[in-house]
Amino acid sequence: MSKLTKDEVLHIAKLAQLTLSDSEIKKFLPQLTSVVEYIGQLKEVNTEGVEPTAQVTGLTNVFRQDEVDSANTLSVDDATGGSDKLYNGYFKVGAILADRSDK
Amino acid sequence: MERINKYNKEYNIFLTVSEEDAYKKAKEIDKSEKKLPLAGVVTGYKDIFLTKGIRTTAGSKVLEGYIPPYSATAVKRIEEAGGIILGKLNCDAWAHGSSGENSDFGPTKNPWNRGCTPGGSSSGSGAALSANMCLVTTGTDTCGSIRLPANYGYLVSLKPTYGAVSRYGVIAMASSLDSVGPLGHTVGDVETVFNVIKGGDGHDSTVVDHEAQAIKSKYKIGIPKEFFVDGIDPEIQKTIDEAVKIFKSEGVEFKEVSLPSTKYAISCYYIIQPAEVSSNLGRFDGIRYGNSREAFGDEAKRRIMLGTYVLSSGYYEAYYLTAMKVRTKICQETEKVFGEVDAMIAPVAPTPPFNLGEKTSDPLSMYLTDIYAATANLSGIPSLAIPSGFSKKGLPLGFQLMGPRFSENNLFDLGKKYHDAISFEPKVALK
Repeated sequence: MSKLTKDEVLHIAKLAQLTLSDSEIKKFLPQLTSVVEYIGQLKEVNTEGVEPTAQVTGLTNVFRQDEVDSANTLSVDDATGGSDKLYNGYFKVGAILADRSDK
Repeated sequence: MERINKYNKEYNIFLTVSEEDAYKKAKEIDKSEKKLPLAGVVTGYKDIFLTKGIRTTAGSKVLEGYIPPYSATAVKRIEEAGGIILGKLNCDAWAHGSSGENSDFGPTKNPWNRGCTPGGSSSGSGAALSANMCLVTTGTDTCGSIRLPANYGYLVSLKPTYGAVSRYGVIAMASSLDSVGPLGHTVGDVETVFNVIKGGDGHDSTVVDHEAQAIKSKYKIGIPKEFFVDGIDPEIQKTIDEAVKIFKSEGVEFKEVSLPSTKYAISCYYIIQPAEVSSNLGRFDGIRYGNSREAFGDEAKRRIMLGTYVLSSGYYEAYYLTAMKVRTKICQETEKVFGEVDAMIAPVAPTPPFNLGEKTSDPLSMYLTDIYAATANLSGIPSLAIPSGFSKKGLPLGFQLMGPRFSENNLFDLGKKYHDAISFEPKVALK
């Protein structure tokens, strides 16, 4: 399970929304393979009956009231200031749905 | 400011210099009559801390023109405590790296030797101090990124307990591992900044407000035998042996302890961390801010792909779930050790500062630089990096002291005991 193929790298890149050039694939394939081979050593650890850890200080769910805190709210101008592709205070994004072609 | 203007081009330490803000703040401090813990202290922030109105890039071309609308809690608290911001410090892009060479804006050079790395990923945060440009700086440590630049710069730094300092406004790398902490010239400086930035702000739900532990009158330090094996540089072994002797002369006891899963720590880390990286970097889509995903550099792409792979269908259990279980074992082993001793002594890295370019084409060899760092991050314990001397080639040497969660006070106490005993004096590489 530790040898990566070119198809797998392309599949992963697609899942991660990355576009790779041919030269990048050529460079990354051996590099990623060596890392995947290395991390495969965990197979030899006996983890039977061991619970997984995701949080180390013992916290479980931390809740707060769902209230608007005006002292900690960005203005529309501040919140949208990182983009110049705006329309009426909204971000412009590419269309996801196309017009119906059967009308 | 003069030193920055003189040396920055050559050493590539600051990505953005905020001269105007600095002089404005300095004048305010001059006029103020308030007693502030960091009044007039010149600081720089790793460029992964958001600074309101000052460009923040995370060392990546994705954010090369990004101006944040708010500041990180750590930045805000340092500013309120009287700190003067001089600018934003170079780092490996998204804090991915051990040498600073993954910065999309070029590597930082080590002021102690221009051919060497200053250690990463908080490369500029260390170099700004050894170049005598700042008095204290901030960094982030996901697997050694605060400790290595201190170790490679004759500096002190603290990787705090996971959840001791808010990460609000700090660009996330791997959220179950990331911690925010200070770098400085002395244990006292690092302690002062830690006390300014620690504690809850209501914006990072992982922060636990914890009573400071009482300073112990007697200490026992563990020597984890798995950390002192073949491959450790003889000069690092020697400097730690000498430190042990000095601690003993101060009445500290030592005991050999064991962390059997140490050899799996990097594998465990290089599954959990890329998995979280691939999720955290998912938000950079070029729509609300920043450039498109094509602007990611090689290392970010590698980590995103590695993380996507270990989380993908068919591999999740073999890699990610297994790594989370190995993490449990590593946590249990450190807890057991802290039932026997108050702290552990260990190297920060296997070698003194290595050459720029030495490991860049082989990511795995770069990852293994952090072999001694991973334990503290995976188990969420604090670690203080302490300078101890110089190698024959004149490069900085040091070690780390790890303690149980929220034992920062005792680590500071031990660090001061050691430095008092050797009559430590801070040193800078550039005048």
